[in-house]
Amino acid sequence: MTELQRLREAFRSALDLPADEPVDELRYQDNEKWDSLAHMSLVAAVEDEFSVMIDTDDVINMSSFAEAVRILGKYGVDVK
Amino acid sequence: MSVFTLSQASKEEQLVKELSALTEHHRARCEPYDRILSASGFTSASSIADLPWLPVRLFKTLELKCIPDDEVFKVLTSSGTTGDVSRIHLDKAAAAEQQRRLAATVQTVLGSKRLPMLLVDTKAMLKDRRSFSARGAGVLGMSTFGRDHVWALDHDGEVDLGAIRGFLDKHGDQPFLIFGFTFLVWLHLYEVALAHGLDLSNGILIHSGGWKKLIDQAVSPEEFRDRLRRVGLTRVHNYYGMVEQIGTIFLEGPNGGSLYCPDFADVVVRDPETWAELPPGEPGLLEVVSTLPTSYPGHVLLTEDLGVVHGIDDGDWPGKRFSVLGRLPRAEARGCSDTYRGAA
Repeated sequence: MTELQRLREAFRSALDLPADEPVDELRYQDNEKWDSLAHMSLVAAVEDEFSVMIDTDDVINMSSFAEAVRILGKYGVDVK
Repeated sequence: MSVFTLSQASKEEQLVKELSALTEHHRARCEPYDRILSASGFTSASSIADLPWLPVRLFKTLELKCIPDDEVFKVLTSSGTTGDVSRIHLDKAAAAEQQRRLAATVQTVLGSKRLPMLLVDTKAMLKDRRSFSARGAGVLGMSTFGRDHVWALDHDGEVDLGAIRGFLDKHGDQPFLIFGFTFLVWLHLYEVALAHGLDLSNGILIHSGGWKKLIDQAVSPEEFRDRLRRVGLTRVHNYYGMVEQIGTIFLEGPNGGSLYCPDFADVVVRDPETWAELPPGEPGLLEVVSTLPTSYPGHVLLTEDLGVVHGIDDGDWPGKRFSVLGRLPRAEARGCSDTYRGAA
Protein backbone atom coordinates (compact mmCIF):
# COMPACT_ATOMS: atom_id res chain seq x y z
CA MET A 1 0.00 0.00 0.00
CA THR A 2 1.18 3.51 -0.73
CA GLU A 3 1.34 6.13 2.02
CA LEU A 4 -1.71 7.78 0.51
CA GLN A 5 -3.72 4.55 0.70
CA ARG A 6 -2.57 3.97 4.25
CA LEU A 7 -3.66 7.45 5.29
CA ARG A 8 -7.05 7.00 3.61
CA GLU A 9 -7.48 3.72 5.46
CA ALA A 10 -6.53 5.34 8.78
CA PHE A 11 -9.15 8.04 8.20
CA ARG A 12 -11.85 5.53 7.27
CA SER A 13 -11.20 3.26 10.22
CA ALA A 14 -10.89 6.08 12.79
CA LEU A 15 -13.99 7.87 11.50
CA ASP A 16 -15.93 4.66 10.96
CA LEU A 17 -16.54 5.32 7.27
CA PRO A 18 -17.35 2.73 4.57
CA ALA A 19 -14.38 1.20 2.75
CA ASP A 20 -15.20 2.95 -0.53
CA GLU A 21 -15.95 6.39 0.93
CA PRO A 22 -13.78 9.08 -0.66
CA VAL A 23 -11.88 10.93 2.05
CA ASP A 24 -9.40 13.16 0.20
CA GLU A 25 -11.69 16.19 0.43
CA LEU A 26 -12.75 15.56 4.01
CA ARG A 27 -12.74 18.49 6.45
CA TYR A 28 -13.12 18.51 10.22
CA GLN A 29 -16.77 18.76 11.24
CA ASP A 30 -18.04 18.92 7.67
CA ASN A 31 -18.62 15.20 7.98
CA GLU A 32 -20.71 14.39 11.06
CA LYS A 33 -18.47 11.43 11.91
CA TRP A 34 -15.44 13.70 12.31
CA ASP A 35 -16.25 15.41 15.60
CA SER A 36 -13.93 16.31 18.43
CA LEU A 37 -14.12 12.85 19.98
CA ALA A 38 -13.35 11.11 16.69
CA HIS A 39 -10.50 13.56 16.15
CA MET A 40 -8.52 12.02 19.02
CA SER A 41 -9.07 8.52 17.57
CA LEU A 42 -7.99 9.80 14.18
CA VAL A 43 -4.78 11.31 15.56
CA ALA A 44 -4.02 8.06 17.38
CA ALA A 45 -4.71 6.04 14.20
CA VAL A 46 -2.45 8.25 12.09
CA GLU A 47 0.29 8.09 14.73
CA ASP A 48 0.07 4.30 14.89
CA GLU A 49 -0.01 3.85 11.15
CA PHE A 50 3.07 5.96 10.48
CA SER A 51 4.90 5.52 13.82
CA VAL A 52 5.07 9.25 14.49
CA MET A 53 4.21 11.37 17.53
CA ILE A 54 2.28 14.44 16.53
CA ASP A 55 2.73 17.63 18.57
CA THR A 56 -0.20 19.45 20.17
CA ASP A 57 -0.23 22.30 17.63
CA ASP A 58 -0.38 19.85 14.75
CA VAL A 59 -3.23 17.94 16.38
CA ILE A 60 -5.16 21.19 16.46
CA ASN A 61 -4.20 22.14 12.92
CA MET A 62 -5.13 18.78 11.41
CA SER A 63 -8.46 20.10 10.17
CA SER A 64 -8.68 18.31 6.83
CA PHE A 65 -7.30 15.34 4.97
CA ALA A 66 -5.08 17.71 3.00
CA GLU A 67 -3.74 19.22 6.24
CA ALA A 68 -2.97 15.73 7.53
CA VAL A 69 -0.91 15.11 4.41
CA ARG A 70 0.97 18.36 4.94
CA ILE A 71 1.54 17.73 8.64
CA LEU A 72 2.81 14.21 8.06
CA GLY A 73 5.37 15.74 5.71
CA LYS A 74 6.81 17.63 8.68
CA TYR A 75 7.36 14.30 10.38
CA GLY A 76 9.16 12.85 7.38
CA VAL A 77 6.22 10.92 5.93
CA ASP A 78 5.83 11.68 2.24
CA VAL A 79 2.18 10.96 1.46
CA LYS A 80 1.55 10.42 -2.24
CA MET B 1 6.76 29.67 24.73
CA SER B 2 4.76 31.35 27.43
CA VAL B 3 1.57 33.38 27.20
CA PHE B 4 2.26 34.77 30.66
CA THR B 5 4.70 37.51 29.72
CA LEU B 6 3.13 40.97 30.06
CA SER B 7 3.60 43.21 33.05
CA GLN B 8 0.37 44.77 34.27
CA ALA B 9 1.25 48.16 32.77
CA SER B 10 1.93 46.71 29.30
CA LYS B 11 -1.14 44.52 29.50
CA GLU B 12 -3.33 47.45 30.54
CA GLU B 13 -2.09 49.47 27.57
CA GLN B 14 -2.56 46.64 25.08
CA LEU B 15 -5.87 45.27 26.33
CA VAL B 16 -7.63 48.63 26.69
CA LYS B 17 -7.00 49.19 22.99
CA GLU B 18 -7.99 45.71 21.87
CA LEU B 19 -11.02 45.40 24.12
CA SER B 20 -12.27 48.89 23.23
CA ALA B 21 -12.04 47.94 19.56
CA LEU B 22 -13.93 44.71 20.31
CA THR B 23 -16.60 46.69 22.15
CA GLU B 24 -17.17 48.82 19.03
CA HIS B 25 -17.08 45.72 16.82
CA HIS B 26 -19.78 44.06 18.92
CA ARG B 27 -21.90 47.20 19.17
CA ALA B 28 -22.00 47.47 15.41
CA ARG B 29 -23.10 43.85 15.01
CA CYS B 30 -25.20 42.99 18.05
CA GLU B 31 -28.23 45.16 18.52
CA PRO B 32 -29.20 44.13 22.07
CA TYR B 33 -25.61 44.70 23.17
CA ASP B 34 -25.60 48.15 21.61
CA ARG B 35 -28.86 48.98 23.42
CA ILE B 36 -27.43 47.88 26.75
CA LEU B 37 -24.37 50.05 26.25
CA SER B 38 -26.40 53.03 25.10
CA ALA B 39 -28.62 52.73 28.16
CA SER B 40 -25.59 52.55 30.42
CA GLY B 41 -24.24 55.76 28.88
CA PHE B 42 -20.93 54.17 27.96
CA THR B 43 -18.77 56.12 25.54
CA SER B 44 -15.15 55.12 25.96
CA ALA B 45 -12.75 53.43 28.39
CA SER B 46 -9.36 54.63 29.54
CA SER B 47 -8.63 51.54 31.63
CA ILE B 48 -9.63 47.88 31.67
CA ALA B 49 -11.83 48.54 34.68
CA ASP B 50 -13.67 51.27 32.70
CA LEU B 51 -14.84 48.82 30.07
CA PRO B 52 -18.57 48.06 30.15
CA TRP B 53 -19.22 44.61 31.60
CA LEU B 54 -22.13 42.30 31.05
CA PRO B 55 -23.34 40.02 33.83
CA VAL B 56 -22.46 36.52 32.70
CA ARG B 57 -26.00 35.28 33.20
CA LEU B 58 -27.22 37.58 30.44
CA PHE B 59 -26.11 34.85 28.04
CA LYS B 60 -28.80 32.68 29.60
CA THR B 61 -31.60 35.12 28.93
CA LEU B 62 -30.60 36.85 25.69
CA GLU B 63 -29.22 35.59 22.42
CA LEU B 64 -26.11 37.70 22.11
CA LYS B 65 -24.05 37.13 19.01
CA CYS B 66 -22.21 39.27 16.49
CA ILE B 67 -22.29 36.96 13.50
CA PRO B 68 -25.04 36.18 10.98
CA ASP B 69 -26.89 32.90 11.47
CA ASP B 70 -25.23 31.24 8.50
CA GLU B 71 -21.78 31.83 10.00
CA VAL B 72 -22.58 30.11 13.29
CA PHE B 73 -20.24 27.14 13.45
CA LYS B 74 -20.83 25.95 17.00
CA VAL B 75 -23.20 26.81 19.80
CA LEU B 76 -21.75 26.01 23.20
CA THR B 77 -24.07 25.60 26.11
CA SER B 78 -23.47 25.45 29.80
CA SER B 79 -25.95 24.57 32.43
CA GLY B 80 -25.63 26.81 35.42
CA THR B 81 -26.84 26.32 38.96
CA THR B 82 -30.17 27.90 38.04
CA GLY B 83 -30.92 25.35 35.34
CA ASP B 84 -30.80 28.11 32.73
CA VAL B 85 -28.37 27.56 29.92
CA SER B 86 -25.87 29.98 28.45
CA ARG B 87 -25.68 29.91 24.69
CA ILE B 88 -22.37 30.95 23.19
CA HIS B 89 -22.13 31.34 19.42
CA LEU B 90 -18.82 30.75 17.66
CA ASP B 91 -17.93 31.18 14.03
CA LYS B 92 -15.15 29.12 12.49
CA ALA B 93 -12.48 31.71 13.22
CA ALA B 94 -13.45 32.09 16.87
CA ALA B 95 -13.65 28.32 17.35
CA ALA B 96 -10.18 27.81 15.91
CA GLU B 97 -8.68 30.73 17.81
CA GLN B 98 -10.02 29.67 21.19
CA GLN B 99 -8.51 26.23 20.75
CA ARG B 100 -5.15 27.68 19.74
CA ARG B 101 -5.03 30.04 22.71
CA LEU B 102 -6.04 27.33 25.14
CA ALA B 103 -3.26 25.17 23.71
CA ALA B 104 -0.72 27.99 24.03
CA THR B 105 -1.77 28.54 27.64
CA VAL B 106 -1.53 24.89 28.64
CA GLN B 107 1.73 24.43 26.75
CA THR B 108 3.31 26.95 29.08
CA VAL B 109 3.39 24.18 31.68
CA LEU B 110 3.30 21.08 29.47
CA GLY B 111 5.56 21.95 26.53
CA SER B 112 4.71 21.24 22.89
CA LYS B 113 4.85 17.43 23.09
CA ARG B 114 1.71 15.55 23.96
CA LEU B 115 2.24 13.56 27.14
CA PRO B 116 0.76 10.22 28.13
CA MET B 117 -2.47 11.17 29.85
CA LEU B 118 -4.39 9.80 32.77
CA LEU B 119 -7.95 11.11 32.87
CA VAL B 120 -9.48 11.05 36.31
CA ASP B 121 -12.95 10.47 35.00
CA THR B 122 -15.08 7.88 33.27
CA LYS B 123 -15.43 7.36 29.56
CA ALA B 124 -19.15 6.76 30.12
CA MET B 125 -19.50 10.53 30.28
CA LEU B 126 -18.84 10.77 26.55
CA LYS B 127 -21.43 8.15 25.67
CA ASP B 128 -23.89 10.53 24.12
CA ARG B 129 -21.55 12.22 21.69
CA ARG B 130 -24.18 14.73 20.59
CA SER B 131 -24.61 16.31 23.98
CA PHE B 132 -21.66 16.18 26.30
CA SER B 133 -22.01 17.56 29.75
CA ALA B 134 -19.82 20.56 30.54
CA ARG B 135 -17.60 18.05 32.32
CA GLY B 136 -17.38 15.91 29.20
CA ALA B 137 -16.54 18.87 27.01
CA GLY B 138 -13.80 19.91 29.45
CA VAL B 139 -12.25 16.47 29.46
CA LEU B 140 -12.43 16.22 25.71
CA GLY B 141 -10.89 19.66 25.18
CA MET B 142 -8.03 18.82 27.48
CA SER B 143 -7.43 15.41 25.92
CA THR B 144 -5.87 17.15 22.90
CA PHE B 145 -2.80 17.73 25.07
CA GLY B 146 -2.33 14.05 25.82
CA ARG B 147 -1.80 10.74 24.08
CA ASP B 148 -2.26 7.08 25.08
CA HIS B 149 -5.23 8.19 27.17
CA VAL B 150 -6.23 6.00 30.09
CA TRP B 151 -9.40 6.52 32.13
CA ALA B 152 -8.91 6.16 35.89
CA LEU B 153 -12.57 5.40 36.53
CA ASP B 154 -14.58 2.58 35.03
CA HIS B 155 -18.01 2.89 33.42
CA ASP B 156 -19.73 2.91 36.79
CA GLY B 157 -17.49 5.71 38.06
CA GLU B 158 -15.54 3.36 40.34
CA VAL B 159 -11.76 3.56 40.59
CA ASP B 160 -10.12 1.27 38.04
CA LEU B 161 -6.96 0.44 39.96
CA GLY B 162 -5.83 -1.98 37.28
CA ALA B 163 -6.00 0.72 34.63
CA ILE B 164 -4.13 3.23 36.79
CA ARG B 165 -1.43 0.67 37.63
CA GLY B 166 -1.14 -0.31 33.98
CA PHE B 167 -0.74 3.34 32.99
CA LEU B 168 1.95 3.94 35.61
CA ASP B 169 3.84 0.75 34.69
CA LYS B 170 3.98 1.90 31.10
CA HIS B 171 4.45 5.66 31.48
CA GLY B 172 5.27 6.39 35.12
CA ASP B 173 9.01 6.79 34.57
CA GLN B 174 8.63 9.78 32.25
CA PRO B 175 6.58 12.99 32.44
CA PHE B 176 2.87 12.35 32.11
CA LEU B 177 -0.28 14.43 32.29
CA ILE B 178 -3.10 13.94 34.76
CA PHE B 179 -6.34 15.79 34.20
CA GLY B 180 -9.48 15.78 36.23
CA PHE B 181 -11.97 17.72 38.22
CA THR B 182 -10.61 18.78 41.57
CA PHE B 183 -13.01 16.78 43.66
CA LEU B 184 -12.58 13.62 41.57
CA VAL B 185 -8.79 13.95 41.76
CA TRP B 186 -9.00 14.18 45.52
CA LEU B 187 -11.41 11.32 45.98
CA HIS B 188 -10.36 8.95 43.24
CA LEU B 189 -6.68 9.60 42.70
CA TYR B 190 -5.09 11.08 45.79
CA GLU B 191 -6.77 8.73 48.24
CA VAL B 192 -6.19 5.72 46.01
CA ALA B 193 -2.55 6.62 45.39
CA LEU B 194 -2.03 7.02 49.12
CA ALA B 195 -3.73 3.74 49.99
CA HIS B 196 -1.88 1.74 47.34
CA GLY B 197 1.49 3.46 47.37
CA LEU B 198 1.28 4.64 43.74
CA ASP B 199 4.15 6.83 42.55
CA LEU B 200 2.88 9.94 40.77
CA SER B 201 6.13 11.87 40.95
CA ASN B 202 6.46 12.31 37.17
CA GLY B 203 2.91 13.53 36.87
CA ILE B 204 1.79 17.04 35.94
CA LEU B 205 -1.72 17.57 37.27
CA ILE B 206 -4.12 20.04 35.69
CA HIS B 207 -7.41 20.31 37.54
CA SER B 208 -10.45 22.51 37.74
CA GLY B 209 -14.02 22.54 38.87
CA GLY B 210 -14.33 24.48 42.06
CA TRP B 211 -13.45 23.88 45.66
CA LYS B 212 -16.88 23.75 47.21
CA LYS B 213 -17.06 20.02 47.69
CA LEU B 214 -13.53 19.93 49.09
CA ILE B 215 -14.11 22.82 51.44
CA ASP B 216 -17.15 20.88 52.68
CA GLN B 217 -14.68 18.14 53.54
CA ALA B 218 -12.44 20.75 55.17
CA VAL B 219 -9.75 20.49 52.48
CA SER B 220 -8.32 23.89 51.57
CA PRO B 221 -6.42 24.56 48.32
CA GLU B 222 -3.20 24.68 50.39
CA GLU B 223 -3.91 21.36 51.98
CA PHE B 224 -4.79 19.88 48.59
CA ARG B 225 -1.29 20.76 47.34
CA ASP B 226 0.41 19.60 50.52
CA ARG B 227 -1.32 16.27 50.51
CA LEU B 228 -0.68 15.66 46.81
CA ARG B 229 3.00 16.21 47.49
CA ARG B 230 2.84 13.14 49.72
CA VAL B 231 2.10 10.97 46.72
CA GLY B 232 4.91 12.65 44.78
CA LEU B 233 2.73 15.04 42.83
CA THR B 234 4.51 18.40 42.95
CA ARG B 235 3.61 19.89 39.57
CA VAL B 236 0.02 20.89 40.13
CA HIS B 237 -1.96 23.55 38.25
CA ASN B 238 -5.50 24.49 39.10
CA TYR B 239 -7.35 26.59 36.55
CA TYR B 240 -10.44 28.76 36.33
CA GLY B 241 -12.47 29.30 33.21
CA MET B 242 -16.01 29.30 31.90
CA VAL B 243 -17.80 28.44 28.70
CA GLU B 244 -18.81 32.10 28.27
CA GLN B 245 -15.13 32.86 27.67
CA ILE B 246 -14.18 29.60 26.04
CA GLY B 247 -10.45 29.23 25.34
CA THR B 248 -9.42 31.55 28.14
CA ILE B 249 -8.20 29.88 31.31
CA PHE B 250 -6.56 31.42 34.34
CA LEU B 251 -3.81 29.04 35.36
CA GLU B 252 -2.18 28.41 38.71
CA GLY B 253 1.53 29.18 38.71
CA PRO B 254 4.28 26.66 39.50
CA ASN B 255 4.47 27.66 43.15
CA GLY B 256 0.75 27.44 43.72
CA GLY B 257 -1.55 29.69 45.66
CA SER B 258 -2.52 32.02 42.81
CA LEU B 259 -4.12 31.97 39.40
CA TYR B 260 -2.50 34.02 36.63
CA CYS B 261 -3.99 35.76 33.61
CA PRO B 262 -2.68 34.95 30.13
CA ASP B 263 -1.52 37.92 28.04
CA PHE B 264 -4.88 38.20 26.25
CA ALA B 265 -6.96 38.22 29.46
CA ASP B 266 -7.24 39.91 32.83
CA VAL B 267 -9.41 40.10 35.93
CA VAL B 268 -10.96 42.98 37.86
CA VAL B 269 -12.36 42.54 41.38
CA ARG B 270 -15.38 44.75 42.09
CA ASP B 271 -17.23 45.85 45.17
CA PRO B 272 -20.60 44.05 44.84
CA GLU B 273 -22.48 47.13 46.03
CA THR B 274 -20.75 50.04 44.34
CA TRP B 275 -19.12 48.13 41.42
CA ALA B 276 -15.91 50.09 42.10
CA GLU B 277 -12.66 48.22 41.44
CA LEU B 278 -11.15 46.87 44.64
CA PRO B 279 -7.43 46.91 45.41
CA PRO B 280 -5.38 43.74 46.03
CA GLY B 281 -6.32 42.02 49.27
CA GLU B 282 -9.98 43.01 49.20
CA PRO B 283 -12.40 40.30 48.08
CA GLY B 284 -15.28 41.10 45.75
CA LEU B 285 -17.05 40.04 42.57
CA LEU B 286 -14.81 38.77 39.84
CA GLU B 287 -14.89 40.28 36.36
CA VAL B 288 -13.04 38.48 33.58
CA VAL B 289 -11.88 40.10 30.36
CA SER B 290 -10.47 38.41 27.27
CA THR B 291 -9.83 39.32 23.65
CA LEU B 292 -11.00 35.89 22.45
CA PRO B 293 -14.78 36.50 22.21
CA THR B 294 -14.96 37.95 18.70
CA SER B 295 -18.24 36.33 17.61
CA TYR B 296 -20.29 37.27 20.70
CA PRO B 297 -20.00 40.19 23.17
CA GLY B 298 -18.43 38.17 25.98
CA HIS B 299 -15.11 40.02 26.17
CA VAL B 300 -15.93 41.76 29.48
CA LEU B 301 -18.00 39.66 31.88
CA LEU B 302 -19.00 40.07 35.46
CA THR B 303 -19.08 36.57 36.95
CA GLU B 304 -21.07 35.40 39.95
CA ASP B 305 -17.87 34.27 41.65
CA LEU B 306 -16.11 35.97 44.50
CA GLY B 307 -12.39 36.50 44.13
CA VAL B 308 -9.46 38.41 45.46
CA VAL B 309 -6.34 39.78 43.78
CA HIS B 310 -3.30 38.82 45.86
CA GLY B 311 -0.72 40.94 44.10
CA ILE B 312 0.42 42.49 40.84
CA ASP B 313 3.72 41.72 39.10
CA ASP B 314 5.00 39.98 42.22
CA GLY B 315 4.54 36.26 41.57
CA ASP B 316 5.64 33.34 39.39
CA TRP B 317 4.47 35.14 36.28
CA PRO B 318 3.83 38.86 35.61
CA GLY B 319 0.46 40.59 35.93
CA LYS B 320 -2.27 40.06 38.47
CA ARG B 321 -2.44 36.94 40.58
CA PHE B 322 -5.70 36.01 42.26
CA SER B 323 -7.87 33.35 43.83
CA VAL B 324 -11.48 32.41 43.36
CA LEU B 325 -13.25 32.25 46.70
CA GLY B 326 -16.56 30.69 45.68
CA ARG B 327 -19.99 31.65 44.46
CA LEU B 328 -21.78 34.80 45.39
CA PRO B 329 -25.04 33.93 47.18
CA ARG B 330 -27.71 33.94 44.49
CA ALA B 331 -29.98 36.68 45.74
CA GLU B 332 -27.21 39.24 45.55
CA ALA B 333 -26.15 38.24 42.05
CA ARG B 334 -29.67 38.71 40.76
CA GLY B 335 -29.54 42.38 41.56
CA CYS B 336 -26.90 43.10 38.98
CA SER B 337 -28.45 41.23 36.11
CA ASP B 338 -31.81 42.84 36.83
CA THR B 339 -30.19 46.21 36.41
CA TYR B 340 -29.08 45.21 32.96
CA ARG B 341 -32.25 43.42 32.03
CA GLY B 342 -34.05 46.64 32.86
CA ALA B 343 -31.65 48.55 30.67
CA ALA B 344 -32.04 46.11 27.81
